[in-house]
Order: sequence, then C-alpha cells, then structure tokens
Amino acid sequence: MNRAMSGITGKRKRPADALLYLVIGLFTAAVFAMTMYFAGYIFVKGCAGITFALLTTAPNPIIRTIGILPAIINTAYIILLTLVFAVPIGVGGAVYINEYANKRKLIRVIEFTTETLSGIPSIIFGVFGYVFFCVFLNLKVSLIAGALTLTIMVLPTIIRTAQEALKAVPLSYREGAAGLGASKWYMIRTILLPNASSGIITAVILSVGRIVGESAALLLVAGGSAMYLPKGSFFEQIKNSGSTLAVELYRYAYSRGENEVGFAIAALLLIIVIGLNLSVKLIGKRLKGGAK
Amino acid sequence: MTKIVTENLHLHYGENHALRGINLNILTNKITALIGPSGCGKSTYLKTLNRMNDNVPNVKISGQVLLDSEDIYGGTVDVTKLRKKVGMVFQSPNPFPMSIYDNAAYGLRIHGVKKRLLIDEIVERSLRGAAIWDEVKDRLKTPALALSGGQQQRLCIARTLAVSPEVILMDEPTSALDPISTMKIEELMSELTKQYTVVIVTHNMQQAARISDYTAFFLLGEMIEYDETNRIFAAPKNPRTENYITGRFG
Ligand SMILES: Nc1ncnc2c1ncn2[C@@H]1O[C@H](COP(=O)(O)OP(=O)(O)OP(=O)(O)O)[C@@H](O)[C@H]1O
Ligand SMILES: [Mg+2]
Repeated sequence: MNRAMSGITGKRKRPADALLYLVIGLFTAAVFAMTMYFAGYIFVKGCAGITFALLTTAPNPIIRTIGILPAIINTAYIILLTLVFAVPIGVGGAVYINEYANKRKLIRVIEFTTETLSGIPSIIFGVFGYVFFCVFLNLKVSLIAGALTLTIMVLPTIIRTAQEALKAVPLSYREGAAGLGASKWYMIRTILLPNASSGIITAVILSVGRIVGESAALLLVAGGSAMYLPKGSFFEQIKNSGSTLAVELYRYAYSRGENEVGFAIAALLLIIVIGLNLSVKLIGKRLKGGAK
Repeated sequence: MTKIVTENLHLHYGENHALRGINLNILTNKITALIGPSGCGKSTYLKTLNRMNDNVPNVKISGQVLLDSEDIYGGTVDVTKLRKKVGMVFQSPNPFPMSIYDNAAYGLRIHGVKKRLLIDEIVERSLRGAAIWDEVKDRLKTPALALSGGQQQRLCIARTLAVSPEVILMDEPTSALDPISTMKIEELMSELTKQYTVVIVTHNMQQAARISDYTAFFLLGEMIEYDETNRIFAAPKNPRTENYITGRFG
C-alpha cells in the first residue's frame, strides 16, 4: 500500500466530493427556500385576514359576515375528546406490550398492526369510521364519531412512541425497585411512567398536530359545516356534527372560493403546527438536560 | 446462628444448569463472601436468596432456601415482604432519577409508611447508617444522579437500610468504584454486621479477605468450599480453591 494512504493524516479533498457537496447544498437551499416562500406567502396573505371578529364570531349569512369560532370550538372539542380516548388506551397499551405481554408473537402482531395502521391513508379511516361509528354504532355524523375515528388514527403513534420511551428506562431502575419489594404496578407508576413522561408528552403533541391537520376523514364522520356556536353543554355538543378548522379550510378554499378566509385559516393552522413542533423540540431539550 | 439455609439448590436458565445442588448456610450478623470465576453462578445464587430470578423467563428452581427456617419459595410467601427482609445492592450504583430524599424514602413508601415525620427520621437514620449523611444533608432535595458514583452506591445502601432488612445482599458493590469510595463502603460493611447479615459477591480476593467472616468458593455452578475466611485463604482444603485464590486460574 502507498505510504501516504496508510496514515491517518493527509486526507485530501477530492473534486468529486466537492461536486457532491455543492449539489446537496443547492438542493437543500432550494427546498429550504421553497418552504420559506410557501410559509411566508401563507403568512402574508393569511395574517391580514385573521381579525378579532373572525376568531370570535359565528358565520352570519344575513349580514354576510364570516367567523370561525364554531370551527375553533369544534377543533378544541375533538382534540380533547380524542386525547381522552387515545392517551389512556395508547399508554396503557404500551405499558402492557412492554411490561406484561410475554408472548413474543402477540407483541409482534401488535407491533405489526400499529405500524401498518400508521401507513394507511386517512380517508380509509374515514370510510371505516363512517361505517362503524356513524352507522353501526349509530353515533351519526358527529364530533364523537370524529374523535373515535381519530383515536384509531393516532393510537399507533402514541403506542409506538410511548413504547420507545418505556424501553429507554434503564433495566437497573426496574431491578432497584424490585429489589426493594416494589410490585410491578408500583414500579410502573413511580419509575416507568414519570421517566417516560417526556416521550409520552411528545407523542401527545404530535397527535394533536395530526388531529388539527386532519380533513378528509373528518369531513366524512364529523361533518362539514361549522355555522353555529354550541348551544348545549360539552356532552350535548359532541353528539352534533361539526367541522374543524382544517375541514373548514378545505371547504372555503374549494367550494366557496372565499380565499381570504381560507388563507386566514391556513395561517392559523400553520401557527398552531409550528407551535406544537417547537414545544416538542423544547421538551426534547429539557429531556436531554434532565437526563444528565 | 444460621440465618439462611440453602439445601440442594438447583437452578436452570432454560438448558443452562447454572446452580448444581448448592448447600450453604449463611450465619447471622456475619459477612459471607462469595468468590469464584466469572459465570460460576455467584450472582445467580445471590438472587435466589430474595427471589430476584423469579421474573427471568424459563427459569427453573428446585431445592430449598430457608430464611429463619421458613421456605422462601413456599406458596404463601409474599415476595414484597421477603424483599423487605432481604435487601439488595447492585453492582453498578442505580439510584432512581429522583431526589436523594425520595430515593431513601422509596422503599418506605412501597411498604406503606405515610407519616412525614417518621419518613424524615428513617431517611436520616439510613443515610447516617450508610455513612453519607454529612455529604448530602444540605441537599436532600437535589437529584441523586448528580452524586458521584461512590456516593450513589452509599445512597443505594441507605435506600436498602431504610426498610430495615435483616439480610443485605451485595453483588460486587464496589467494582464500579474508585479505591477511596471502596474503602468507605468496606468500612461501612463491618459496621453493618452489628445489625445485619451480609452476603457479598466479590472478584477482589483482598476485599474478601479483609472484610468477610466466611467465604464460599463457587465453580461451574457448584459450591466447592466453604469455611471461615482466614482458613480459606490460609489453608484451603480443596486444590481448586487454592488454584483460584492463588491466581492460577479464574
Ligand atoms: N438472566 C439470565 N438468563 C439466562 N442465563 C443467565 C442469566 N443470568 C445468568 N445466566 C447464566 O448463568 C450462569 C451464571 O451466571 P452468573 O451471573 O450467576 O455468574 P457470576 O458468577 O455472577 O459471574 P460474574 O462474576 O461474571 O458476575 C452463566 O452461564 C450465565 O450465562
Ligand atoms: Mg455476577
């Protein structure tokens, strides 16, 4: 072998490398610029449309004003309801898979199912949700049917993320707790879940992003209009149909051509999603700082 | 006085016959050291004494372990209570990611102690007992993981002491520590025998000779020789024991 090559120093930049870096750099810059342009465009066109009246009123066809408060409320209700279903089931499922299920086969079936579920286009969940929740369980087209459908959609993420978080808790903690006489359930409550909480919160936030952004499935199962403010209590309202912000955006953008409102909602959604992602980052940072 | 009697104890991990008919008596308020080459079953034996092997898949255990003449593998034994009596300190320090105070109080809370003042009192007593009180008394509410390795190990000992065990099992408790921390823990151990029965696994012959009253030599899943420590080290009866402690294999 050539002597200069056998050392660890003397690494030369080859022309092919430089070219590759250049190409990759250009692509990255292009993608970044496009994203920024796209986001900026929506912000500029949308933020002007986000008015106090828009955010705090219902649409009024008589005086021809448009408001998205009903859609905001529907969105909040659906987020809340979906999380109420999905978090306990998802975290409980993850705990079960990780800590109790000792049949490898069962674990693999569950893992395979959750992975497959996460790859299915959302409209298929919509069709299923319509047939199963709206018709078979007779929940009609309603917020609760929407939340149940979304629960199935976000469960895989929550289960998988929670499972990863649980797996990351060191064996030595479990041993230490067992050595002091802790029952499994006590150990799960006092050691596992607190240590996995950042991961679980991250999963929840990502799920909220998914819920906020979902349109196709919800249009089918939860309804496509948000004209009125809720009249009854939370529990009465969730039996009614109603559309979320993303569904409203879809309608405004397509069927009515109300572009101003469409852009305003788009900007609002963008702000929400960016906010959610930032909070995930922050939690990640705190996790790293805390694990020291 | 005999604290633990082991009779014809066999343990299989699946096909692996890890303990092959162990007969061994652990004496009350003495330190018993378990020595032997890697993989000979010392940790496995230690864990059978507080049933830490129970959750290992495919494990099969036969024979008897009697704690104060009571069969710990008997049908009516409550593992939580057993582990309160027979505490364990692990090879690498494993304090929980919570405050020093909460670590020391963890076992008490498992066993249902709720009174704040009582917990305070026992936490202090255990931390003193583990010779770490002076170092941590001003920062009980700070994270245990910020302590040094040696301090963490002493905290783990305190955590075990807090539930007032009768027997303390230690699996190479100083192998991850520096000489000074090791010395502190060794001093602590001789202190502990006033109240507790201690069983310690160690790879360090000097350590076994320094601190233990009795020594058992394990080889390939069998207990080869057991005697007072000074006799084992001065005049082992079995040539395999002699080979091991003189460093001819292992
Ligand atoms: N959880 C387990 N599952 C299967 N086999 C195991 C398990 N723990 C230990 N063994 C096996 O049992 C035998 C004894 O292991 P053990 O850990 O008791 O040895 P040891 O004497 O403590 O060794 P060391 O000095 O290296 O700690 C080894 O062959 C080991 O591979
Ligand atoms: Mg060992």
